[in-house]
Amino acid sequence: MFYREAGQFKTTYQADQSIFPILQDRVGLGAILLIAFVGVPLVANEFWMNSIMIPFLIWSLAAIGLNILMGYAGQLSLGTGAFMGVGAYACYKLMTIFPEVNIIIHIFISGFFAAGVGILFGLPSLRIKGLYLAITTLAAQFFLEWSFIRIPWLYNYNDSGAIDSTSPTLFGHAIDPASGDSSLRYLIILSIVVVMTWVASNVIRGRIGRSWMMIRDMDIAAELMGIKPLTAKLSAFAMSSYYCGVAGALMVFLWLGSAEVESFDINKSFQVLFMVIIGGMGSLIGCFMGAFLIFVLPIMMRALPSFLGLGINAATMEHVTSVLIGVLIIFFLIVEPHGLARLWQIAKEKLRTWPFPYGS
Amino acid sequence: MQELLHQIFVAPFTLIYELPDLFIQTIWEGFVAGVLYSLIALGFVLIFKASGVFNFAQGIMVVFAALAMVGLHEMGVPAWLSLILAIAIMWALAWGIERVVLRKLVNQPDAILLMATIGLTLLLKGVGETVFGGEPKSMIHTELGLPTGVTDWNAFGGLVSFQHIDVAAVVIAVLMVIGLGIFFSKTRIGRALRAVADDHQAALSVGISLNQIWVIVWFAAGVVALVTGIMWGARSEVSFALEIIALKALAVLILGGFTSIPGAIVGGLIIGIGEKVFEVYWGSIFGGGVEAWFAYVLALIFLLFRPQGLFGEKIIERV
Amino acid sequence: MKLKSCLLGAAAFAVAAGGFTATAQAEDSIYIPSLSYRTGPFAGGGTPFADGFADYLNMLNARDGGIGGAKLVVEECETGYNAQKGVECYEATKGKGALVYNPLSTGITLQLIPKAPVDQIPVLSMGYGLSAAAEGKTFPWTFTYPTSYWSQMSSILKYIDANGGLKGKKIGFIYLDVGYGKEPIPLLEQLAPKLGFKWVGFPVGVKEMQNQSSQWLNVRKERPDWMIMWGWGAMNSTAVKEAAKIRFPLDKFIGNWWSAAHADLNPVGATGKGYLGANFSGIGTDFPALQDVIKHVVDAGNSKAKKEDVGNVLYNRGLFNAVLVAEAIHAAQKATGKKVITGADMRGGLETFDLSEARLKELGLEGFTAPVKGSCADHEGAGSVFIQQWDGKNWKRISDPITPMTDVVRPLLEEAAAKYVSDKPDWKTQTCG
Repeated sequence: MFYREAGQFKTTYQADQSIFPILQDRVGLGAILLIAFVGVPLVANEFWMNSIMIPFLIWSLAAIGLNILMGYAGQLSLGTGAFMGVGAYACYKLMTIFPEVNIIIHIFISGFFAAGVGILFGLPSLRIKGLYLAITTLAAQFFLEWSFIRIPWLYNYNDSGAIDSTSPTLFGHAIDPASGDSSLRYLIILSIVVVMTWVASNVIRGRIGRSWMMIRDMDIAAELMGIKPLTAKLSAFAMSSYYCGVAGALMVFLWLGSAEVESFDINKSFQVLFMVIIGGMGSLIGCFMGAFLIFVLPIMMRALPSFLGLGINAATMEHVTSVLIGVLIIFFLIVEPHGLARLWQIAKEKLRTWPFPYGS
Repeated sequence: MQELLHQIFVAPFTLIYELPDLFIQTIWEGFVAGVLYSLIALGFVLIFKASGVFNFAQGIMVVFAALAMVGLHEMGVPAWLSLILAIAIMWALAWGIERVVLRKLVNQPDAILLMATIGLTLLLKGVGETVFGGEPKSMIHTELGLPTGVTDWNAFGGLVSFQHIDVAAVVIAVLMVIGLGIFFSKTRIGRALRAVADDHQAALSVGISLNQIWVIVWFAAGVVALVTGIMWGARSEVSFALEIIALKALAVLILGGFTSIPGAIVGGLIIGIGEKVFEVYWGSIFGGGVEAWFAYVLALIFLLFRPQGLFGEKIIERV
Repeated sequence: MKLKSCLLGAAAFAVAAGGFTATAQAEDSIYIPSLSYRTGPFAGGGTPFADGFADYLNMLNARDGGIGGAKLVVEECETGYNAQKGVECYEATKGKGALVYNPLSTGITLQLIPKAPVDQIPVLSMGYGLSAAAEGKTFPWTFTYPTSYWSQMSSILKYIDANGGLKGKKIGFIYLDVGYGKEPIPLLEQLAPKLGFKWVGFPVGVKEMQNQSSQWLNVRKERPDWMIMWGWGAMNSTAVKEAAKIRFPLDKFIGNWWSAAHADLNPVGATGKGYLGANFSGIGTDFPALQDVIKHVVDAGNSKAKKEDVGNVLYNRGLFNAVLVAEAIHAAQKATGKKVITGADMRGGLETFDLSEARLKELGLEGFTAPVKGSCADHEGAGSVFIQQWDGKNWKRISDPITPMTDVVRPLLEEAAAKYVSDKPDWKTQTCG
């Protein structure tokens, strides 16, 4: 009813092809950004910042990374956790070697290391497809995990084998997870995520992104039409790993504060995979929805009994959460295999034509 | 450098020569582990062949089946009855999966079905922990007649020992594979299964009920999972940590191909023996713990040369 | 593409549920979060520990009405032995006035160490976590009572020395290949040349916990005289079974205190006869305090533990953790004269409490453990460990408390502490008078 493009005329091709052709979408996005940048820091307390908003944004970023590879380029990957780890360990090394450089710059540079490793483990994709490829990415996952343990240089020969945050600052404010102001960290991460999402949406709409989708839809046909699988697939691996790497570095240095190898284990890969599936493959907004459902919802569920004053013990709740997420995944696949993003799209279509059953 | 070359090319072989009993023991341990990997992979293959589903939940099914049996026994059910009940649970599970999940997802892309089984994994994990508890449990030994002894073989001036439980695992695995082979080739249902594996539509058109076949393969995979769980549980214990070992079966599948039962067996043995030998004789060069990735890296290298696996059908692509 | 619509949802949730961290505690009560894990691959160890911890504090509530008139509120938060969930638990419970954290995981401890001074809540990582945290000057807010991994490793080496000598021997060290398992390696490296033994490590990956045959084939290859294990969860019972399988003499195989519980050896049974373990908390229920726990909590139906599990190794370990917390609260109350104390008071209490033989007797825990007393500089209390042996059915204590080689370990701890803070220019230390 309110969501309708009646009266909005496009007079240029540019306007017709814009990402948000409908005014309400643009207003809505503006409002959401306003709330995210101004509203949330005003209302949210420490717990909300540190345990929900910050990790939610980081997971969304990782999900975008995986979605680029899986949803757009059609290459199944189970190595997300390890690629996040590469970013985190690279950032740690950079921080200890060049302590005078700002951490934000390190975070962005560390993504390139992840991208490099991603390309290396993406090479088999030129010969191997589908589920087989998924298993070669498992090789990446386990081999990298093992390297993080066995190469002590990566963690500066620490006795604990963990990497931990030094005391980074931004414009004189401490931003490490222990003593830094959580709102400031949130705003930094939010800015990074917004910018990187914007970049991703443009790359996907551009020539490279279209070549990914051609490869995804039918690689041989794409090849015959002049798409080089080498550049298309490897660029997808590179960009995907870059995003995951940045997410990993953010995770350790602006959220957790320290990390062991287990922070990047196979379960993390699965978690991000679930987010992409539930959110919707080939949809950026889906990444955020997926991260919300897979990451934030269980936290809500765990908090629920104590909030309601029920005496359900923590372990039972954990089991129930696991069951519920499993059921949700199956339910979504049955009802809408294309994920939450597709549901959202359908809802929007319905709104546009409401109250008439069929639109123009 | 010379030191490294020596470690790679000389030292392991001198060690094999000096301690042949250790080498034989290593091969045997690898063989047993390989048999168990093969069994997990076998569950995957059965389901993949008949329904085209890559069943990620096979690993958790191993844990769930064994846990159900041991859990029931702890609740006071006699051992043999709990074994039968565990089998019944696996049947109910197969039936439920077919009813609720597979039937609704017919004709969906592979990735969607894979995701559904991932959902199933979480579900089974949660249910298993809620009903039977998350702490490790010891396997029922005596009541089920699982052997516990050991036979020693004094050879080459050393000692090679064969745990009876390991021998039993191998024997049972062999019997099970033979049994499945007979079932597939001699019975009516088995022939229907093979027909479905070859061509779903053709099978449907001659009156084979796909739904029934799916229940049967999932049940068969469930029974294979139960046997694997019992054997592995008897070697260490039944716990949710077992699930991760099952991931190794994925590497086995790569070697053997997704649709080949002999492939699953040969692939399992290659991985099992390969990783033990590599860890014992070459692992120290890398600082140990190479078993964690050996199987997958081997599979990766292998794939680069033969993308369809050892016994897989040749992949023909058309536009 | 409205990529922030879910942010909106989250914000709505924030407004709606923003209150749930601010649940006010009743007056005169002390809030103690228990970061436990009853799920995941390590649940077998986490469950009895959490039970023992909660039961002792609840017993104090039921018997004495709390400590010094202040009621104890124990709330469990499930971490699943997962560092990220641990931080989530920390954030969720910190706002409710948490007095002290017992992270029960080395990974979580590492994350909480830098947070503790900022939020002014001490961390008591009882016999786990970062060994260097025993150095109180550098780590004012972290405690490792009653002993650190390094000190314990030296105690185990002392036991070996007393039972056949250490010089010229080869020690095998099998460990879970994560931060926890690798913790004592620097000590072994330093001590080996000093004490004249050789050591060889056998890492066991988390994924290979139940698949250890190659590690034990390596043991057979290397032929060590003794084996020491730093294991946890399903790794322990598998290791003991494998050791028995290769005929390694089990009475020369020592597990650390996380590798020698009933939960580990019950599945092994008679096969594990002779296996040794280090421990610092008493076994069984033959202590008046434990009888009180049974009377006031377990029999009253307020415990999650099964009655037969009360008194087993990990249950008593959790109970001992609770005793340390209770003693520190007691000391802090005495020092400040307040009923309800703050995290900073608690830190003071942890530095000053004195769990002497007399005090142990008073608590009904005579002989339960060696006396523990820390100080401003000493945050591990130089507690001793004793060696226990599995007789096929139960653990039996077979040695007197063995004190650590403080003279050797202490300088190493100080060195490690200095290294930890070397790349943290803003780290706050304290001076001890």
